[in-house]
Amino acid sequence: MKLTCDEATAICDKSQYKEASLWEKTKLSIHLFLCKKCGLYSKQNKVMSTCYQKLKDAELSKTLQLNQEEKQFMEQELKSKTEL
Amino acid sequence: MSETDKHLLNPEKWVSLHADYLFNYTISRLNDRDLAKDLVQDTFFSALKAKNDFQGKASERTWLIAILKRKIVDHYRKINSTKGKAEVRMNFYADGEREGEWLEERAPTDWSGEIEKKIENQELAVVLEKCIANLPEKYAMVFRMKTIHQIETEDICKELGITSSNLWVIIHRARTQLRKCMEDNWFNN
Repeated sequence: MKLTCDEATAICDKSQYKEASLWEKTKLSIHLFLCKKCGLYSKQNKVMSTCYQKLKDAELSKTLQLNQEEKQFMEQELKSKTEL
Repeated sequence: MSETDKHLLNPEKWVSLHADYLFNYTISRLNDRDLAKDLVQDTFFSALKAKNDFQGKASERTWLIAILKRKIVDHYRKINSTKGKAEVRMNFYADGEREGEWLEERAPTDWSGEIEKKIENQELAVVLEKCIANLPEKYAMVFRMKTIHQIETEDICKELGITSSNLWVIIHRARTQLRKCMEDNWFNN
């Protein structure tokens, strides 16, 4: 029933992806009620999730492509192997 | 399946048809341009070697992705065994008597200033990227797959050959370290 801070924050992380079980969440809330440091972690963890979301939006908006030179190089390499 | 329904391989067109797709797929897992390029090229080479094994049941792209996936898991195993072990992991919790309790000097501290403003700042992504780049490579890989690319837990586990409890331990360590890194370099900076 009793969690260490390590275990509590692990559940806290898991719940940020909505994948913690009901039992885990129950144990976590008891721990958070008693532990200030983990309470702070939990609060900041939500802020961190928002930060990750921002990063995700920034990253997924750029599509990465190989440039023409890189593709030509790949093609040549591939061709040289085909001819062997 | 009749002969005409079968998919055919067309190696001369691989680069123009599939290189960008394979490249993006790799980048979303490894976030390293040069490495991604190498793995894509490698995939084409392996595919060429194995082209007589292609039965035409799947499309060309699906077949190439299957080869690429094996390259990615090979890379994961490599960083997991050699580099991963040599790396000194940052500890946040005590051992021994007080096992699992916060180490005083690594425990969360209050963030100063206006958090809202700091979240909206465009520079945030840059600093956060640096923090992710500082993680041990395998943590960064799993963290990005799960958090940035939002791939299902089950799929990541299958792809990398790890259990879900492995995955959650990695995510926990990554997030603990990232919180600290952002505390030091962004929120309390």
